[in-house]
Amino acid sequence: MKQWFGEKILGLPPLASTNGQGVDDLIIYVHCLMIALFLGWIIYFFYVLRRFRSSRNPKADYVGVKSHASNYLELAVAGVEAVLLIFVAVPLWARQVGYFPSPGESTVIQVVAQQFAWNVRYAGPDGVFGKQDMKFVTLDNVFGMDPADPNSKDDIQLINEIHVPVNKPVIIYLSSKDVVHSLRIIAMRVCQDAIPGLRVPVWFTPNRIGRYQINCAQLCGNGHASMSGGYLTVESQADFDKWLKSKSGATTSFE
Amino acid sequence: MEKMVHTFPPYRGHEARHGQPEHHDPGFWRTWIFSPDHKVIGIQYGLTSLCFMLFGFFLMLLMRWQISKPGVPIPVFGPLLEKVLGQAAANGALSPDLYNSFGAMHGTIMVFLAVVPLAFVAFSNFVLPLQIGAPDMAFPRLNMASYQAFVIGGVIMLTSFFIPGGAAQAGWTSYSPLATMIPTDGQIFWLAGMVFIITSGLLSAVNFIATVIQLRAPGMTWMRLPFFVWAQFVTSFLILLAFPPLEAAAVMQLMDKVAHTSFFLPTGLAVGGQLANVSGGGSPLLWQHLFWFLGHPEVYVLILPAMGIVCEIIANNTRKPIWGYKSLVYSALAIGFLSFLVWAHHMYLTGMGTKVAVFFQTTTMIISIPSVIILTCFFISLWGSSIRFNTPMLFALAFLPMFGIGGLTGLPLGFNISDVHLHDTYYIIAHFHYVVAPGTIFALFAGIYYWFPKMTGRMMNEFWGRVHFWGSLIFMNVIFMPMFAQGMAGMLRRMADGGANYSAAVNSRAGADVIGGLSNNIMALHTWILWGACVLGLVQIPFIINLFWSIKHGKKVDSDNPWDATTLEWQTATPPPHTNFPVTPRVYRGPYEYSVPGHDRDFTPQNEPPK
Amino acid sequence: MDFPYIVEPRRDTGLYNAKLGIWLFLASEVMLFGALFSAYVLLRVGAEPGMWPHGWLNVYIGTANTIVLITSSITTVMAWVSCKLRQYRRFKFFHALTIVLAMTFVCIKSYEYHDKFTHYEITLANGKFADGHLVERSKDFDLAKKTGRVTIHGHEVDHEVELMDMQRPEARHIQREELTIPATDIKKMERYGPWHHTYLAIYFTLTALHAFHVICGALVIGFLWGPGSRMWHTDPERFTNRIEVSGLFWHFVDLIWIFLFPVLYLL
Ligand code: HEA
Ligand code: HEA
Ligand code: CUA
Ligand SMILES: [Cu+2]
Repeated sequence: MKQWFGEKILGLPPLASTNGQGVDDLIIYVHCLMIALFLGWIIYFFYVLRRFRSSRNPKADYVGVKSHASNYLELAVAGVEAVLLIFVAVPLWARQVGYFPSPGESTVIQVVAQQFAWNVRYAGPDGVFGKQDMKFVTLDNVFGMDPADPNSKDDIQLINEIHVPVNKPVIIYLSSKDVVHSLRIIAMRVCQDAIPGLRVPVWFTPNRIGRYQINCAQLCGNGHASMSGGYLTVESQADFDKWLKSKSGATTSFE
Repeated sequence: MEKMVHTFPPYRGHEARHGQPEHHDPGFWRTWIFSPDHKVIGIQYGLTSLCFMLFGFFLMLLMRWQISKPGVPIPVFGPLLEKVLGQAAANGALSPDLYNSFGAMHGTIMVFLAVVPLAFVAFSNFVLPLQIGAPDMAFPRLNMASYQAFVIGGVIMLTSFFIPGGAAQAGWTSYSPLATMIPTDGQIFWLAGMVFIITSGLLSAVNFIATVIQLRAPGMTWMRLPFFVWAQFVTSFLILLAFPPLEAAAVMQLMDKVAHTSFFLPTGLAVGGQLANVSGGGSPLLWQHLFWFLGHPEVYVLILPAMGIVCEIIANNTRKPIWGYKSLVYSALAIGFLSFLVWAHHMYLTGMGTKVAVFFQTTTMIISIPSVIILTCFFISLWGSSIRFNTPMLFALAFLPMFGIGGLTGLPLGFNISDVHLHDTYYIIAHFHYVVAPGTIFALFAGIYYWFPKMTGRMMNEFWGRVHFWGSLIFMNVIFMPMFAQGMAGMLRRMADGGANYSAAVNSRAGADVIGGLSNNIMALHTWILWGACVLGLVQIPFIINLFWSIKHGKKVDSDNPWDATTLEWQTATPPPHTNFPVTPRVYRGPYEYSVPGHDRDFTPQNEPPK
Repeated sequence: MDFPYIVEPRRDTGLYNAKLGIWLFLASEVMLFGALFSAYVLLRVGAEPGMWPHGWLNVYIGTANTIVLITSSITTVMAWVSCKLRQYRRFKFFHALTIVLAMTFVCIKSYEYHDKFTHYEITLANGKFADGHLVERSKDFDLAKKTGRVTIHGHEVDHEVELMDMQRPEARHIQREELTIPATDIKKMERYGPWHHTYLAIYFTLTALHAFHVICGALVIGFLWGPGSRMWHTDPERFTNRIEVSGLFWHFVDLIWIFLFPVLYLL
């Protein structure tokens, strides 16, 4: 029922992450509230318009409604909003930003947005990112990797391509090199602004294998609409390992 | 009560009619262009902002064409654009640059040059002093200066279309670093224009507050003020306190742009293929905070005057007192206060922690309650009434469900976890257009039809008014309802190609087996919206003609109070003479004493002495 | 219908129109400067550790200017009191004094600006930094073409951080001398303008905006002193009100400086 309502009535797009369920649920609950209120009001509204038109009710009543039903209604609206807030929205958000999965059991990726593409960086076989510092940032070194650090040697840097294994949390450290962009993967229900000068982490857990679009949700210049080349590939752990190996060109096995 | 009807043009030499010595005719310029009379300034503001609204709509028509037919030359206007703007409109279609500047300018013009000056300044200028029984604004010459600053700001904004590189392109929100980095001077014009517009708003706000506090007629106590006055009073405070931070932000962005400071530019920026040569150390989020600190109160600046107008018209045409006058007043005050505490709900996805997020979600939910109360009061006022369905009332009634849809769809945006999916999609566009377009604009139409007889001594045509109403109602919905579906499906806003790059069709053409993407059905809605917008434009033609034609040829009103209203503006001559009332009126009762039991008429004006 | 409360206050509010007007206007000014102050706080909190400057401004000059402005506030009050007491000549005297003090303030301020605009930080080719006031530039000095030389009065340091805190104990003993640097040794040469550092950016923005208020206030006061004072002979009460209102504005400008001074000079 909930599923049906979300997909068929509200038209929510396909979902492919476990944490996205919370987003969809809240959207569905709020819309139920909205629809209930709207229907109640609109029915009353048309009834009143018919019943009290001047041809039918030529003399208005000075006092009108005497009951306090409306107070209860307002209280009820406030109550439902409070429930949704306290029991759904706040806990979900707290989970989303407060309880990051441990990096050890997640796929950790760094993404730096630029006009009009996504730079993606994996730690490579050693699992450790090289040292980073703003002062190393140049045009080719958008991540500001310390060239002297051996850990950065095997890092993998790609453009517009993110691969992750399925059913394993993904943590993305997001930044931007020029203007504000916004990393949005609709099927994962993630959206996070990429703000120059800041590095903000987001996470999600994909649970469906496939290829998904990465959208840029924040106006970032004349190429904003065509910043559409990025794709997220969710694949099995084995496929992912193979892919990572092919990219790193390292001789040692990833395991 | 003196019953004397004058006809247009009214605002000169009328003193003689009231037995005072005739002033020498001040001439056209002093009467219509440089007049300190609040009624003339109201009309000036009104006409100017209507022109801006039409212009803002026109920009949007071109954009809607581009959205549904990316790259296809615009019929009729395309070649014209190409001639005027050159390369940016090559082929008679909008380039992404031009699309962005039209979008930014549509938002800016609609908000700052059309709706604020019309809903807030024009209506309160004309109506507010009359309603409180004042001879004029507290500072008539400041009032005139406000209009002049507004015109200068507007002219600067319009000029920016024609400079090399074109007008501002970073959205009406002008987020830095984008706004600073785009290599056109349009942003400088935008900022300079904003400084003038803000100044003009501040002057008006000071003026209105001082007028309401100082110039209420004897007996006009606070709780006898018409709700319209209350709404404008709260709005004035919003403007007074929220505009200056934007002005500060504008100054800082201007410094970034012309003095190469780094207020909003962090260290390590790379733009246009090289590292930006700036000192760095600034913060892009600082701009966002300052902008939305204005931005949110601003949206209530757009809606409160509309609620005020609607309240007057509903009371008048239900022929009964507004239910819950006090709750209306307290709700408006609560909205005014709370609107300074919710700004960061526009910034949920900039990466905010739980505590901050909880605070802003809570305030956002709390602020929705007074809106619900206001709407509920209007609804309940309908019960037991005797509704007259004239054109102003139709628009006022339609305001209710339209604002309702817009307001209700604000709720899922207010919870940040659902905002994750809806942020920056067409769902937002639909949300706020329902509040400002079929919401506020309808209230504005209602107000124009309602007070037109007071301004000119003639009525606007009812039949064409109805055509205008039904056309607008239907096609507003044709335009904005599909946007909810599009947004829910994930269509992003500010897309120069209407999201074609993210459509399933493009994905499959690229041979990629991508899950998701905008379906053909969703994309097809663009065509609906385009034709809806075109017809919406067409049904405005009766309105425009009606407006101007009725000035000279409308049906003459048969009394100074054609709607049988209670508030003071209807208790003076039509159109009102230079200092509004021949003698200062005295107020004996609340604003909405309709159908008082035991009275022979169904309305009791505020200044009618008790028997 | 007469226009009410231009001169006499309304009973329930105790204010005449213009006084209420100026209070409202000042409320909006508070928000304007408040926004800039919060920008200051944010930029300062967000600065990299050690990279927020201290002691770049001359506290003595700043103190002098503070005294000037406070004195001018007193003279405006005296001017208003003189009006109340109907002592026109004393009013003229005190108001003239206010204008002179306002001009003094602006002059001192422009001297400080000048000082910053002749102060250079030079990034040397060897990675060190030279910092000081410009003494002279050779005729053929051209950074782009790498010709000529420049002389500054200042000192040389190894790291940029050392230029930030000029209040730390060691900084007191810095020996300043004339350094002549050939253009070939210069990687980058930048004045202490608003673009040099966000501290300077906010410093220039705040003080320039404040100075703009000072100048506007001085113009109004000058008008009321000169041509505007004709109203004294026709409507002294209303004129006194005008002096009061312009005085309120002037106190506000003064008050802003009282906040600006510690924030920019001392903290
Ligand atoms: C007049 C303008 C206006 C008004 C009144 C509102 C009202 C509200 N807005 Fe809206 N909003 C905007 C204009 C407005 N907004 C604009 C312009 C933007 C986008 C800016 C941009 O990014 O460019 C925006 C964006 C916006 C966001 C940011 C979304 C994002 O960018 O991710 C949020 C989030 O919380 C939000 C929430 C709300 C809420 C909770 C209300 C509440 O106050 C609403 C309360 C009202 C109700 C709850 C309705 C009650 C209804 C009834 C009682 C009657 C029903 C009647 C019938 C059905 C007959 N709005
Ligand atoms: C008050 C604000 C306001 C109003 C009224 C409107 C009105 C309309 N808006 Fe606007 N819009 C914004 C504020 C507003 N908009 C803002 C802030 C944005 C975001 C910009 C950004 O992204 O930065 C936006 C963005 C926006 C977009 C998204 C663009 C994008 O993201 O790429 C769209 C898309 O369809 C749109 C459409 C419309 C339409 C069809 C109307 C119609 O409802 C217009 C109806 C008006 C008329 C039909 C004109 C009536 C004419 C008269 C009454 C004239 C009479 C004249 C005389 C008498 C002389 N708007
Ligand atoms: Cu990147 Cu929009
Ligand atoms: Cu808001």
